[in-house]
Amino acid sequence: MEALVDTSQIVKFAKLDDLLALSRANSLWPLTFGLACCAIEMMAAGGPRFDISRFGAEVFRPSPRQADVMIVAGTVNKKIAPAVRTLYDQMLEPKWVIAMGNCAISGGPFVFPGQYAVVEGVDQLFPVDVYIPGCPPRPEALIEGILALEQKLTGKRRWPVVKPPQ
Amino acid sequence: MIASNDIPSRTNPQETFVLNLGPQHPATHGVLRIKMTMNGEYVIRAEPVIGYIHRMHEKMGENRTWAQFLPNTGRIDYLSALHYNHAFVGAVERAAQIEVPRRAEYIRVITSELNRISSHLVWWSAFLLDLGGLTPLLYAFDDREKILDLLEGVTGSRLTYCYFRFGGLCNDIDDEFIQGTRTFIAQMRPRLKMYRELVTDNIILRKRLEGIGPISAEMCRKYGATGPVIRGSGVAYDVRKSEPYSVYPEFAFEIPVFPESDSMARYLVRMEEMAQSLRIIEQALGKLPPGPVMGKVPRVLKLPPGDYCYAVEAARGRFLVRTVSDHKEFPYRVKLRTPSFSNLSLYEEACKGMMLPDALALLGSLDLVIPDIDR
Ligand code: SF4
Repeated sequence: MEALVDTSQIVKFAKLDDLLALSRANSLWPLTFGLACCAIEMMAAGGPRFDISRFGAEVFRPSPRQADVMIVAGTVNKKIAPAVRTLYDQMLEPKWVIAMGNCAISGGPFVFPGQYAVVEGVDQLFPVDVYIPGCPPRPEALIEGILALEQKLTGKRRWPVVKPPQ
Repeated sequence: MIASNDIPSRTNPQETFVLNLGPQHPATHGVLRIKMTMNGEYVIRAEPVIGYIHRMHEKMGENRTWAQFLPNTGRIDYLSALHYNHAFVGAVERAAQIEVPRRAEYIRVITSELNRISSHLVWWSAFLLDLGGLTPLLYAFDDREKILDLLEGVTGSRLTYCYFRFGGLCNDIDDEFIQGTRTFIAQMRPRLKMYRELVTDNIILRKRLEGIGPISAEMCRKYGATGPVIRGSGVAYDVRKSEPYSVYPEFAFEIPVFPESDSMARYLVRMEEMAQSLRIIEQALGKLPPGPVMGKVPRVLKLPPGDYCYAVEAARGRFLVRTVSDHKEFPYRVKLRTPSFSNLSLYEEACKGMMLPDALALLGSLDLVIPDIDR
């Protein structure tokens, strides 16, 4: 019988986890780290029209130690790669990464036979949770990416999915 | 501020330290790194370290046909993509002697000037963000979205446009665009007035910028600085007037020049330029000629051998494309002369002996786009 009591306690802990995940999902603080063109769309997402703060992700932190999610917005080349890696390492757990734009996903338009500078995808440096394709992705796409990350954290989607017109 | 000749007495190596600004630092607007040797709060030496966003544009130019390089031009200085489009198609058109219809040139001017305003708006918000004011960003991005809506309607993208083609444009503008642009001009004029009352006349901003970061006309010439930087130093150099291209000679507009040479002068130049751009757009819409927007272009483009240049006034200064053709399908060489690179070069000399916060105000007033420096 005593074993049963233990089980119920485990159930409670699981609920606390849900609560934690919910609060984390609603206050994802991104790292202020713009690399190239995509960063302008990231700024636009924080601007008045798209207003990313509706989803709790507007608190851009300049210090990696205060940030939860790193939005890699732009091209990562071989010279900046160690710095990006350091920033990732400096972030505190739990941490997530969004690869925004084709450059961050795969090197984007700058990959050609014989290329010598760009890193072909930030997933070669650290694990990536959400990929947002586009060159640059629209701010709506970034918001969708953040919602996808929320879904990954909480296990369910709390906002309606927008279906593209047929 | 102290004069730079006071510095030698302060350069005792035992009293200095190195401050590493960047490559991840909000005030460098990207991934510029500046190695600063400091004595207390004073900058003794500031050494920019570049290359953190080198994207091989010039090398890529040699690896593809002229037409395939066109999308790259929108990504060098992504804030003024249309000017860069213009310079590249201009160089190729000059080489292949392609005739561009007048309507296309007019539309090029209209869209380029809209792009210039949107670029200056981003600079304005980012610069004021550096100085500690967040609110202007919210105003500026609101206006910028209106421009992006207009441009998206005709070009199909929001930021990295690839709208101009050799011999013209890929799309004609419609009545909706013309009407929208007229409405935008009417809305933007009072907004500029509001910006003046809200920010430009603000005593805190004035105290923060006036007399800070003087750049003499001599120094601009030495380093090849162009754009609002040289116009803020009292030199009326603007490619649109001094080497006229496209249909710019047909419009009446002024080149704002401020002789004070400080950060405030550069600020005022850009604010005034936005009003002048509105003027150009209004005139161009008024006398927009009818006709096609695409000239006659050979299906396979092979340029005659030779060396071709085309310069435009981008939002940050003079942008020049030089292509060398050896009568193959691919260019032999594509050289890009970008304004941000020259504007950054003078930074080391200009910020000697400044306080660190003033040095950052100077950096912001140069309006750098880092991929434009590294290419
Ligand atoms: S994906 Fe496109 S827009 Fe984004 S950084 Fe790369 S080139 Fe620029």
